[in-house]
This record gives sequence, structure tokens and C-alpha cells, in this order.
Amino acid sequence: MIPPLAIGPEPIQLERVAAAVAAGAAAGADGAVVTFLGLVRNHNLGRSVRYLEYDAYQPLALKAFGRIAAEIAERWPGARLALHHRVGRLEVGEASIAIATRSPHRGDAYAACRYAIERIKQIAPIWKHEFFDGGEVWIEGATANPDDLHARAEAERIACA
Amino acid sequence: MRVTVRLFARLRDIVGATELARDLAPGATIGDVWRQLAGEFPELAGYERSISSAINADYARMDHAIGDGDEIAFLPPVSGG
Repeated sequence: MIPPLAIGPEPIQLERVAAAVAAGAAAGADGAVVTFLGLVRNHNLGRSVRYLEYDAYQPLALKAFGRIAAEIAERWPGARLALHHRVGRLEVGEASIAIATRSPHRGDAYAACRYAIERIKQIAPIWKHEFFDGGEVWIEGATANPDDLHARAEAERIACA
Repeated sequence: MRVTVRLFARLRDIVGATELARDLAPGATIGDVWRQLAGEFPELAGYERSISSAINADYARMDHAIGDGDEIAFLPPVSGG
């Protein structure tokens, strides 16, 4: 069985994530699966990116994924989430994350998928170490606070825009 | 009492270790662990307002009490995805 939520060094396989989101769903009840694949880009803030190394606090990251799945189930009843995140060294063009959401109607599946990636960026304890032409830098985004309701509302606003 | 401290991303680079063991007085909080480390590694002070913390792989606030054998983690602002 493919775990719906996972983090590790194995290469991302989108079809496995899509299969995981289908497991256990009531046959015939869902009309939509939306998938998202995040890739390592060769440029960032004017820098030429050579590769990325992802660091993570894996046990807490898995719990954060579970929290996001619960938030989605609460906000979009009937919607389901599967999500695999990679860690370690990733070359330009490789996938760092795959998300699949599934629901009876496409609107909820699209919104839940966008919500998931926005929440990952807010609360998952994962970090990009960017190696670019001329140096390296740790990318630092949001201060992770899963109880910050403003951040959660912002993710929901983006998801439903 | 003794706790394990786990550090990630740039915090790990500043301290030069992924994991440390530290002794704390009974009644200490996560914040006490942070202040002890910031005393040892002044570069950490810049993260005072932006870090998150966790205890035994659950997010917890700085005023959370710690116990013997706990795993404390300090997390700089995140950048997954």
C-alpha cells in the first residue's frame, strides 16, 4: 500500500501519489483528481541555481501533513489529500513535491490542492538549501506556527481566489 | 535533567551540529534551552523572533515545560515545497 503522506529521499512518482489518494475512496463517488508537481527551478531571485538540498524534521513534517489533511477535510468535506515530499539533494528539473487531491467536484479538488501547497510553505518543517553560481544560502520563508489562524485564512483565500 | 536539542538548516550551520545534549535545571522551559544556546552561540540571537520550537516532534511554545529525556527542536523559518 502506498502511504498517502510521506517524506524521504526517494524520487517523487506522481502516479503513486495519485494512486494513494484513490485508496479507500468510495467507488464512483468522486468526479475529480487534481495533481500538483513542484520542480526545482534553475533561477531564484536573480541567482542561477545549480541544485537544492532539502533538510526536514521528518517526524514533525509528517504530522504537519496530517494536520493539513485534516484542515482540508474540515474545509472541503469529501475532499482527500495525498502528498509526498522529497529531501536530500535535488537537481534542477527534479520534483520536490507531489500533491493529489480528490473530491466529488473539481472546484473543491482544485482549491484543496492549492491550499495544501500554501500550507506546506507555512507550517511544514522543511528547508531549501540553495546552491547557486557564486555561493549558497538557506531559504527562510514563514515562521511556522500551525495555530496562526491568519496564516490559515490567507492560505484559504489564495486557494479560493 | 538532560535533553537532546535538534537543530535544522542555518541553525545547524551556526552551531556546527545537528544534535546536542544539554543539562537543565528542573522546571526549565524550551525558552531556557534557547537562551542557554544563544549564550553559547551569539549568532543565534538574530533568530529570537522568527524561530519555532517543538518538543518530542510536536510544535510547542517557548514557555512549554521540559522533562528529562525530551527532544527539543528549534526551527528557523521554513521553506518547503
